[in-house]
Amino acid sequence: MSLVRAERRRLFKRRFTRWMLLIGIAILATVAVGEFFSNQKIGPEARAQAQVLADQQYQQAKRAADDYRTQCQAAHDSGKTGSDNQFPADCSAIEVPQDQFTAENYLPSTFTFRTRFTPTVTVFAGLLALVMFVIGASFVGAEWTSGGMMNLLLWRPRRLQVYFTKLGILLGSVLAIGVVFAALWTAAFWAIALVHGSTAQVTPGVWRSIALTESRGIALVLVTTAVGFTLASIGRHTAIAFGVTAGVLIVLQIGVAFLLNAFRVRFLERWIFTTYVQAWMGKKTVLEDTSRCDFQQGKCEPQTLTITWEHSGLLFAAILVVLVLVGAWQMRRRDIT
Amino acid sequence: MVVEAGQVHGFLGPNGSGKTTTLRTLMGLIRPGGGSMRLLGLPVPHNLPQVIGAIGAIVESPQFFPHFTAQSTLSLLADAGDVPQVRVTEVLEIAGLRDRAKDRVKTFSLGMKQRLAVASALLKHPRLLILDEPANGLDPGGIREMRDLMRRLAESGMTVVLSSHILGEIQQICDSVTIISLGRRVAAGSVSEVLAQHSTGTLKVGFETKEELSTALHVLSRAGYPVTPADRHVMLADVDRPSDINRLLGAAGVYPSELTPVTVDLESVFLELTETAPVLGQNRQVDQSARAVA
Repeated sequence: MSLVRAERRRLFKRRFTRWMLLIGIAILATVAVGEFFSNQKIGPEARAQAQVLADQQYQQAKRAADDYRTQCQAAHDSGKTGSDNQFPADCSAIEVPQDQFTAENYLPSTFTFRTRFTPTVTVFAGLLALVMFVIGASFVGAEWTSGGMMNLLLWRPRRLQVYFTKLGILLGSVLAIGVVFAALWTAAFWAIALVHGSTAQVTPGVWRSIALTESRGIALVLVTTAVGFTLASIGRHTAIAFGVTAGVLIVLQIGVAFLLNAFRVRFLERWIFTTYVQAWMGKKTVLEDTSRCDFQQGKCEPQTLTITWEHSGLLFAAILVVLVLVGAWQMRRRDIT
Repeated sequence: MVVEAGQVHGFLGPNGSGKTTTLRTLMGLIRPGGGSMRLLGLPVPHNLPQVIGAIGAIVESPQFFPHFTAQSTLSLLADAGDVPQVRVTEVLEIAGLRDRAKDRVKTFSLGMKQRLAVASALLKHPRLLILDEPANGLDPGGIREMRDLMRRLAESGMTVVLSSHILGEIQQICDSVTIISLGRRVAAGSVSEVLAQHSTGTLKVGFETKEELSTALHVLSRAGYPVTPADRHVMLADVDRPSDINRLLGAAGVYPSELTPVTVDLESVFLELTETAPVLGQNRQVDQSARAVA
């Protein structure tokens, strides 16, 4: 237990951890504040204003259409044909449907919790994952580069115990932070919906769905944190984690996409990592292959491939297990010089 | 290499001879390729977790997380090792860092980091203290404090293994030494034994006049002693008993003004054993040292 206590203290004693958490909070708060000010509550007054605006726009469009129809008719009457006539053959078809100018289309943006909260969870998870990746990598990377790890091993020579305790403390802390932050995020957007939107139709089913999405988001944050930790542990340097991740996500992924595209591989997105993140957060991603469509023959039914959150979960688990095991093996076997 | 309990043992060797590697291997930081090691009677590295609580060690240059204070650094180690926090204050006092306890390690000089490293090694109240170059970076006062500290610790019953290049210090504070070269032991034993084994029996005999010097040269050469004359004295090699020389010269009516056995020090023995004495006009390379006979 003493090592657990020491590692928990070490994690939160580091200024880097505190600063990164503050930066993360600041970014998340900025997003929430932005949502607050870019939305407003829809009342009878706003509806009336929208209706007026819709009517005005309709009248304006109708006048323009009438002028255009008149010009069209004049052109046909003058006997212009072919390229000289830029108007449609049937001038009476020039009309403005009134149903396109409903008040709904002219309402200001409003935050409807039921439909608009879930997409923000992806933003929340993505930002938190980024922050925790950096904290996770630095937590062990700085220990290696500063010599702190060697000092610690002079006290606790069971290397695997040290490795898994550090990882466990990190993930436990990230889980606690993730749960608290997710609760605050939900509360903040609930407040935004109350003040500048609507909380209607948020049934227990909606809450269950939100809870599941947030759980998957926190799981993504945990995986990202563990990946940062293990990469920095294997490379014994924080920058190794950043370098490898940037290399894999940017260079390798772009290279793979370019190569697969060149060979006209179907559903090439299934080889792109972000597809799986998208599927994980959104429960599924449907990939379409339109390469065999003949659009000149009319409507095309593209072939589809569905990536589910279960597929993504398996991929993340595989990456996690491999990296954690390689990290543990390295920790156990390599000399500390 | 054997270190008796309660002794201060000097572990010496030229740069690159393997001192730090040996200490790292003992402390489980490097996997041994072969051989056997025991610490406090138990084979290591297998039993290291059992004995580590009784061993305080600093290996090579002191390295700490630069943004923590000295207090925090020791406090975290104390937590990790189940040591009461009150001990942190005690070792900061012992290491002379009491007034800098709240300063970040990155503001410390090498000598202060060294003191912090010694403090961290003492934190556990160890039975065995392993210090790799503890005087590195210390000022003269610090070196003397370190020497006094080692003495006090040894008197309290602690066993101390000390790796250092300051051979004068080692000679003053160590009971026994091990000297290695290119990873092999070239000498071991108590300091006095090692010095005696490499004593050349050289005697310096001084005279007041040149006439006495001339007579003495004649008498001593005739008696078969290898004599090296100097301005007002001669150097005699392979002298077992200085009284023989005194008797011989007295019989010839010559009375020396000085009769001094030339004693060897640890530095000269070290340079001789490791063959690392500087040679005028030559640049010795780091791995150029004595190869022990297998």
